[in-house]
Amino acid sequence: MEAISMSTYIKRKKDGRIQIKSGSKAERVIRWTIVLFFVLTVMAFTLFDYGQLKIMSAIVETVNNLKIMFLQPALSHFSWGEAFYQVGVTLGLAVLATVLGAVIAIFLALMAATNLSNEWISKTVRILVAFGRAVPTVLWVLIFAIAAGLGSEAAVLGMLFHSVAYLVKAFSEAFEEVDAGIIEALRATGSSWWHIVRHAVLPSTFTYLLSWTFLRFEINFSVAVAMGAAAGAGGIGFELFMASGFYFDLSEVGFITYAILMIAIVLELLSTRLKNRFFAASAVE
Amino acid sequence: MNEQIMRKRSWSATIFLIIIIVITYLSAYITNFNFFQGMATVPAAIGWIVSNLFITQESLEQLPAILTQLTETIFMSIAATTTAAVVSIFLGLMGSKTTKVNGFLSGLARLIASASRNIPVVAWALILLLSFGQNSVTGYLALFVGTVGFLTRAFIESIDEASQSSVEALTATGATYFQIVSKAVVPQSLPQMISWILFMIETNIRSATLVGILTGTGIGYIFDLYYKTMDYNTVALITCSIVIAVIIIELMSNSIRKVIL
Repeated sequence: MEAISMSTYIKRKKDGRIQIKSGSKAERVIRWTIVLFFVLTVMAFTLFDYGQLKIMSAIVETVNNLKIMFLQPALSHFSWGEAFYQVGVTLGLAVLATVLGAVIAIFLALMAATNLSNEWISKTVRILVAFGRAVPTVLWVLIFAIAAGLGSEAAVLGMLFHSVAYLVKAFSEAFEEVDAGIIEALRATGSSWWHIVRHAVLPSTFTYLLSWTFLRFEINFSVAVAMGAAAGAGGIGFELFMASGFYFDLSEVGFITYAILMIAIVLELLSTRLKNRFFAASAVE
Repeated sequence: MNEQIMRKRSWSATIFLIIIIVITYLSAYITNFNFFQGMATVPAAIGWIVSNLFITQESLEQLPAILTQLTETIFMSIAATTTAAVVSIFLGLMGSKTTKVNGFLSGLARLIASASRNIPVVAWALILLLSFGQNSVTGYLALFVGTVGFLTRAFIESIDEASQSSVEALTATGATYFQIVSKAVVPQSLPQMISWILFMIETNIRSATLVGILTGTGIGYIFDLYYKTMDYNTVALITCSIVIAVIIIELMSNSIRKVIL
């Protein structure tokens, strides 16, 4: 009897009760993170600059505004045709940033993938990408706007930074998952680096790359809306900014919001379908 | 793989490539984007950045003011994310397949999530600005609404993923809904959820800059101010401080994530 109870190690509390929870490091960290979140949130609310805010009347007013926006959407400062054109501009900015971003990202991701490149190049690319990601897109666009002149060039170049940074991360992870055996086999036959990339790496990851690119396109659409509003890059975002900031025309804001919502939902449905088709299938294999 | 399939594949790849090129060309036409001009401006832009965006002694004097605004922005994004997370847990529980109460509530939760996620944060900021005016609460609410949408979707996925078998097991023992949720669902998906919250805090600090430019609060406001008065040295300092803050927060959340996941 004695021997058995000695050999099995049971953690007990001070009062002799058996401890049910193991209290691993992960659990401790989770608990402290939650406490930290709580403390920081409470601090945040005490630190806010409330200005001239009258919270009750503001809420009532917002509800009224939302009612006008969503129940009486209308166009007053521009026509349907122009609305389509502006949506087209925003979509166009998103397409350009995504396509150019994807092309650049493929090359950078090949350099960043640890199985295809050497350690130094991979590290350098990763650090550059992390830096590009840390600066908010709107700052890139505004900085390019002074340097390159305002216009679609500044908007696309500014948006490129984030697209590239996001896609390099996704692409290089996909490249790293390519079967090491295939690469080794090709290397043994004396294939060059470029040959390996073209005939083994790209074909086997192509569907992944495509789905990631489309996911990014979805994000880039809302970024393009934001750039229109905050950096004057044109498109539907700029019209939204004018309608709410200059004309105070809530019905028009409502119309624009509906237009954006519609496109965003279509894009989301498409990307979920793509994701289910490619990601689910490849997960099963 | 025989020759015919190979040929068919390369054929469809070519068509795909052509479609992409046509779409890109159309976009360039609509947006008036000139690829070569765009590429040509890059060296000039980099030259401009190097010669104008550097931090001087004078701009360093603004540092205390910048840091106050930066902390306000960081606190704003943290508060928006955590309060949104609390709401999202409930919406996520309602929307998830394994823990939904009934079909109506589940559909409602998904609808709320979809609408608030797909209307860009910018639109929320502009709408709220009209009645809330220029203060932190406007920025906070705009971030809050966008975050609820994103986190609800993420939570639904992590609840679905984590808890199928354990929910079934607990249901078989006759546990109540509340017991199932608090003993099985939440503990199992908590690490995933915290990881998403951390990710969202990172994202929100960047969006907070954008929202700040529109609503006149925090670091975005102060950036806009110096940008418009063409005080580019201070602009450089502000950009640097944002970059450092974002990288520090990213490193912190990565180290938390490494332990819990």
